[in-house]
Amino acid sequence: MNLEALADCLSSASCAVTQVSTGLIVGMLMFLVTSGLSLIFGVLGIINFTHGAFYMMGAYCAFTAYALTGSFLAALAAGALGVGLFGMAFERLVMSRVYGRDILMQLLVCYAMILILDDGVKLLYGGEYRMMGMPDAFALPPVEIAGGFVPGYYLFMVGVALAAGLVLWLGINRTRLGKIVRALAINPQMVGALGINTTLLYAGVFGLGSLLAGLAGALAAPIRTLTPGMGVSILIESFIVTVIGGMGSIAGAFLAALLIGFTRAFGAIGFPLFVDGLMFALMALVLVVKPSGLLGREAA
Amino acid sequence: MRPGLSPAGLRRPGLARDVAIALTGLALLLALPMAFPAPALRDFLIYFFAYGLLAMSLNLLVGLTGLVSFGHAAYFATGAYVFGLLMQTGRVSIPVGVLAAVGGTALVALVIGAICVRLKEIYFSFITLAFQMFIHSVIVTWVSLTGGDQGLRGGIPRPPVLGLDLNDARTLYGACAVVFVLCILAMRQVSQSPFGYTLRMIRDNPARANFLGVDVTAMKLGIFVFAAAMASVGGLILALFVSGAYPEFAFWTTSGEAIFMIMLGGIKIFLGPLVGTLLLQTLNHFVTIYTEHHGLVLGTVILVIVLGLRRGLADVLFDWLQARRAPRAAGPAPGSLEAEPIGDGALKGRTV
Repeated sequence: MNLEALADCLSSASCAVTQVSTGLIVGMLMFLVTSGLSLIFGVLGIINFTHGAFYMMGAYCAFTAYALTGSFLAALAAGALGVGLFGMAFERLVMSRVYGRDILMQLLVCYAMILILDDGVKLLYGGEYRMMGMPDAFALPPVEIAGGFVPGYYLFMVGVALAAGLVLWLGINRTRLGKIVRALAINPQMVGALGINTTLLYAGVFGLGSLLAGLAGALAAPIRTLTPGMGVSILIESFIVTVIGGMGSIAGAFLAALLIGFTRAFGAIGFPLFVDGLMFALMALVLVVKPSGLLGREAA
Repeated sequence: MRPGLSPAGLRRPGLARDVAIALTGLALLLALPMAFPAPALRDFLIYFFAYGLLAMSLNLLVGLTGLVSFGHAAYFATGAYVFGLLMQTGRVSIPVGVLAAVGGTALVALVIGAICVRLKEIYFSFITLAFQMFIHSVIVTWVSLTGGDQGLRGGIPRPPVLGLDLNDARTLYGACAVVFVLCILAMRQVSQSPFGYTLRMIRDNPARANFLGVDVTAMKLGIFVFAAAMASVGGLILALFVSGAYPEFAFWTTSGEAIFMIMLGGIKIFLGPLVGTLLLQTLNHFVTIYTEHHGLVLGTVILVIVLGLRRGLADVLFDWLQARRAPRAAGPAPGSLEAEPIGDGALKGRTV
């Protein structure tokens, strides 16, 4: 415990701004991953345990695309679209065969897929740490905000994540397709009876959810070290975010992701050894006081 | 009023048969290394005891109660670490260390379980996984106590117990075998007790169990703690054997393997998870000889079995045997064994 350091940091503008920006980007990455997880759960009723591995895949896809083309936009597109397509194929070929069956089977195919993906990455890239490095386009001096310095890339990341979240929210709540997807979550038979190809729609939703994980991975690639198995910790964190925010609520995921992001950023100064504990304590608190989460509709 | 607490509940019919089977099994396990004195076989079997207890105890949650925990290895690791740390102080005897490790794990499981069992189905799976990774991160970050990702080093002393020197490999093996069989017997007793049948009812119809006056949450918590305690015995057997404890014990892949063991062993027979443990251990043994890409192979095998066979290997075998026997004696269908006692449990509930 080092509450003095925490108080010092909060009173100094530069430290506070740095920590707030760190909390923001951590929160935004978690928000992207969690909203994908939440979307898939909301419509298909399954929890995609491979979501963390998809995040890892996004990062490695971006790494390769950037090495090949030197364009960060291409890297982002490769990470997001590559993982999105992979997610669709995974849904069609594997997940769709275990719908409605024992949860045990769903867990097992996900477990198998994570093993395969982690080992596949090890096979292709080797087991050691990889760094993508900051793209040239963002090799700018940091921006000064209220006495603190924030790397330009952080601002870009927050912008992309916010835009993605907004597009997702508008898409689900304001478009005809979004309406169909919401109907699919409530009554798939009826949607099918109305002549809509639900199989395709399921694959599409799963793909979209995976795409969000891939996008998060690609965005994280320049600022994180890449390792096989890097997906596990973000998967666990996004579970926590899901529980705190409420299952199936995108706004809740946003709020909870920011909460966890700031907890991590400031906890790292105040109680460096107890950051994980703090997140779990928050989760336990929410589960005991309001099991449905901050913005969840009904009890889990 | 609960029949499980009366002495009559302990002297259930079939107990004598189970004890006889357990004694035969124990004799077999003790005779095996004498017949084939290769140390490799003994080592293989001790690993089998440890992971077998993990899988069997997890099946009390998955198979018996319908709680698919993805974080069971947390208790396996807690048992191993608590035991290892206590023994390293040099001030405790092994029986005290064992009791403290099992008790300590049960306490941890009580706290975590109290939060987890409120959640249903897939939520339960992911919260248990999350707590497991929490325990993993505690082990990895608390370097001064646990040695971090290097594991608990310095060895775990094995002071003599009742005049037995556990530093002798054969004595250690014998002691582990006895503990293993005792734990399996205890789990059998729990699963055949009225408490066990209440759990089956909760698995099949929790709403009905609730209507019948069963405190569903308390029952789930009870079996969660018991299963965790049994898993901790597996962990401490492994810690005692490898003379250390490692964070991998608490990593999510260990839980994943335990789930796969259960799936391999199938849901038709009580000892199924042990069959699965044996199969997976043999597979792991050969895979690690031939390739370093263990995950790739294991993942593919799991996908083929889950998507191809759609059930456990032992179940395939069981059904095949049933199908062969069926034309001769148009006996009860495979499912009726499970279905009948549930009705029984419901009747008992009604008299309360």
